[in-house]
Amino acid sequence: MTEATIYELSQPGRRGFKFPQLDVPLSAVPEEFAREEIHLPELSEQDVIRHFTNLSQLNYAIDSGFYPLGSCTMKYNPKINEVLARLPGFANTHPLQPIVSVQGNLYLMYQLQQWLQEISGFHRVSLSPAAGAHGEFVGALIIKKYHQVNQDTKRVKILIPDSAHGTNPATSSMSGFEVIALPSDARGNVDLEALKAECDDTLAGLMLTNPNTLGLFEENVVEVIQLVHNAGGLVYGDGANLNALLGMMRPGDVGFDIMHFNLHKTFSTPHGGGGPGSGPVGVSKALAEFLPSPIVTIIEEGNDDIPPFFGFYYPEQSIGRMKAFYGHFGVHIRAYTYIAMQGPEGLRDIAEKAVLNANYLMTKVKQDYYLPYDRSCMHEFVVEGVWDEIPDVHALDICKRLMDYGFHPPTNYFPLIVHEALMIEPTETESKQTLDAFAKAMAAIAKEAREDPTLLTKAPYTTPIGRCDEVKAARDLVLCCYIPE
Amino acid sequence: MRTPTGLKYAKTDEWIKVEGDEAKLGISDYAQDQLSDVVYVEFMVDVDDHVSKGDAVATVESVKAASDVIFPASGTIVAINEDLADAPEMLNSEPYEGGWMVKMVLDDPSDLDEMLEAEEYEAYNEEREG
Amino acid sequence: MFTPHTPQEIDEMLKVIGVDKIEDLFQSVPEKRRFPKLDIPAALTEMEVAAELNEIASANASTDDFISFLGAGAYDHYIPAAVDMLLRRGEFYTAYTPYQPEISQGTLQSIFEFQSLMTELTGMDVSNASHYDGATAAAEAANMAYHIFRGKRKKVLVSRAVNPQYRETIRAYMQGQEDVLVIGDEEESSFAEDTQKLIDKIDQDTAVVIVQYPDFFGRIIDYTKLVNIAHEFGALVTFIFNPTALGLLKPPGAFDADIAVGDGQPLGIPLSYGGPYLGIFTTKEKYIRKLAGRLVGETVDEKGNRAFVLTLTAREQHIRREKSTSNICSNQGLMALAATIYLSLLGKNGFKQVANLCYQKAHYAAEQIANLEGYDLAFKDTPFFHEFVIKTSKPVDQINLHLQNHWILGGYDLSQAYPELDHHILIAVTEKISKEDIDDFVAALEEVAHD
Repeated sequence: MTEATIYELSQPGRRGFKFPQLDVPLSAVPEEFAREEIHLPELSEQDVIRHFTNLSQLNYAIDSGFYPLGSCTMKYNPKINEVLARLPGFANTHPLQPIVSVQGNLYLMYQLQQWLQEISGFHRVSLSPAAGAHGEFVGALIIKKYHQVNQDTKRVKILIPDSAHGTNPATSSMSGFEVIALPSDARGNVDLEALKAECDDTLAGLMLTNPNTLGLFEENVVEVIQLVHNAGGLVYGDGANLNALLGMMRPGDVGFDIMHFNLHKTFSTPHGGGGPGSGPVGVSKALAEFLPSPIVTIIEEGNDDIPPFFGFYYPEQSIGRMKAFYGHFGVHIRAYTYIAMQGPEGLRDIAEKAVLNANYLMTKVKQDYYLPYDRSCMHEFVVEGVWDEIPDVHALDICKRLMDYGFHPPTNYFPLIVHEALMIEPTETESKQTLDAFAKAMAAIAKEAREDPTLLTKAPYTTPIGRCDEVKAARDLVLCCYIPE
Repeated sequence: MRTPTGLKYAKTDEWIKVEGDEAKLGISDYAQDQLSDVVYVEFMVDVDDHVSKGDAVATVESVKAASDVIFPASGTIVAINEDLADAPEMLNSEPYEGGWMVKMVLDDPSDLDEMLEAEEYEAYNEEREG
Repeated sequence: MFTPHTPQEIDEMLKVIGVDKIEDLFQSVPEKRRFPKLDIPAALTEMEVAAELNEIASANASTDDFISFLGAGAYDHYIPAAVDMLLRRGEFYTAYTPYQPEISQGTLQSIFEFQSLMTELTGMDVSNASHYDGATAAAEAANMAYHIFRGKRKKVLVSRAVNPQYRETIRAYMQGQEDVLVIGDEEESSFAEDTQKLIDKIDQDTAVVIVQYPDFFGRIIDYTKLVNIAHEFGALVTFIFNPTALGLLKPPGAFDADIAVGDGQPLGIPLSYGGPYLGIFTTKEKYIRKLAGRLVGETVDEKGNRAFVLTLTAREQHIRREKSTSNICSNQGLMALAATIYLSLLGKNGFKQVANLCYQKAHYAAEQIANLEGYDLAFKDTPFFHEFVIKTSKPVDQINLHLQNHWILGGYDLSQAYPELDHHILIAVTEKISKEDIDDFVAALEEVAHD
């Protein structure tokens, strides 16, 4: 089942959208700059509506089904978030309007900063980073600047567990650090001996995800952080897995110096098919002046009769501006709405149910799939998608077959330290019925693998298209529509 | 898995074949098999560059991985296989023949002494697989 | 709030797991840190939160209340109704990154179409699936150029006529590479000969020259000579473009730009107080491998059906890790979809029309204002697109305050970013502004001059 492209649907001369007629006298456009031709499609509004409606129906989405993608926290996206983010009073404000005219926006951002600080135990938060990886970059640059200001120029190493998300080492390189990978021990924690060996005066910092990408709480987290601090380094927390810690533990309380949030994971803002996300960063008091500019602050305190007057401030030793304007305000509104609807009990409930769901599913799934780290998990767990006695079947095949059962596959081939990894994160918004159905499908697939492996290796059968030739895609690069002349 | 004799092999899966004054370099059959279908080769060096042992020759990209090819010895580059730009798949089909990557003049031929002979490399591969 | 578990279900699940209560699952959290009391307000119901947010929004004034002449990097364009209707489809906005092509063809094909539209718009060879915004796209262009030369060229030359926030972002991004110099924009300028002065700074150590088209002041500058000289020195040239302008003007590709980046906010994306917007990143075919961000390519499935997949993924962070040139993961997928729908709706003729309307209305406004006493067009002989600079006799903040009392949002006070441009205001005019609006604006400006 395929859909034509907008260029293939185009009909020369077809006119869709029109603007009002020109109401001012004509000025000539200088010829040397005038564009000769532009090949955009020519479609009616109904062409466009049908085309994109049909395309949308080729997608799987949270609104259609279960999405147990480990590390992505694909929880339900509340609809009220969508309605309120679109209020014209928010959506139609220009970022350079005088601040007196956008006190509503500034109030909302200030509150969100405060709430994220309170939830995570950090002293100050900047809402500006555009996504998690962007927040990580901010964190790495803060570490760099902190040591520079202390004239600690020998500190060039960043330690990153081998289970870490690829953005961690990529970010560290981008920031000019040398990346040292730390092995994990048999229980899935950071190997303390390996860590101790690196704790010297060349250590800039450690990037730690807690719970880690195996879904396991770092059992020695306090000691790990202390070791790094004693060596003069800073500890950066990758907040991708914060869902397990809401109302459970505040990373700032155990000594993390910096952390990024993923509003599009933990705080229910939608994934959008690849963004927009939002990656605010929280820091300890010692690092507050390094945050990216600008940050919302109270310029004039209010009283019982008058609300405070909000504005921006530019931290003195800021690493600078990391993007235009103030961050993804449209996403901030959604996160604000979500937190407002949770309250303290709701946040704790999220973590409890996320962890409950993951442990429940893990208990069932491990009956058919090897669980390399057999201990109580947090909000996600990792199994191996392979059986020694069935060499033809790999994690990829299990994933493809799951689609025939109506589920989006889990994250696969990550973390790298588990062979043929399948990382499963149910999230707290899924019901027991959904989890049971998924566990049943996983068991059925394991049975199929034993009895008829080709059922898996040739799957999926019921999706709009089958397996794709990715080698051809990379070798015969076609990155644009064919545009008929 | 082919492991022709007369070539020297590195544990990082490069091979070197001495041909007169020059040495030819490429990746082994084992390496291309691990990578699976190669889609692109990006050279990190140009002709006339002097390189040291341990420097990167090129990055070889497949659909699922991107691996660095490392110089097992120091020397000066005299030729780069331009054919790999249009036909990177030669690394898979002819890793020892048409899929050669660079030709160089070695600084010190004794650098090769540290490398493995064909049988040693084969044994090393079996160890890795097991 | 959104957790569906009944008490009975919880009991059953705990039994299966083999623990007595949920708290037992959190034993690994250090005891004295467990279950902190969070000082945030008690939960609101949907009805209550809707009332609260409505109240907060009403504390703002928006472009619905003012006639707006504010541009400077974000533009008030009309967004056709069909854009948001389609964006609200859950299959689009609650979908994930399309790593499983079999169930993501909707997202993948729309990104492929986005890429096609962006290359056509810019006249370049290839576009990625989006970047965070124009500023970060410009910064990534500098980063990319640095990597293309493998760190051998250390200078990033930036025009002072580039958006100040973009220049700050480029500097912030490049601070990770200690030996890189971001220069060319530090000295105050009269902006009379600034392009030539920039050309004079190009040398063998220049990795990339970054210019804006139209520039931050709205000026349309011919960069042909700059591109030629940069290329003679082996340096790359990056154009930062305004997408609406490209409906009317020669695209960056026609000037032989190596990289063309911009912000796609004008293409169907609301102002939304600064974000989320849309970074557009396009380049020449020979630099595809150095291009950061996702790429969608066309291929076939096992049955020979056309299919779209993420491709050249080996460049990306999840595979290259510390060797990738950029760490970007999530981008601006939904905003790219908005731009794709917007351009599909407007099509060739609609897009040319909106560009022309902006151009014409801006020129009418400029002429009317320049005829007033106390107001002059700052860059008289330089063509402009839909933004222009007026030199004022009265202070800009006084003018803007007066305008606000007439429910008009004046332009951007340039002295905020350019000390040498005191008493200069940057005015933008889009298709939403009518002739009457412009005449009202002019009348209000005239009043101020006589205060």
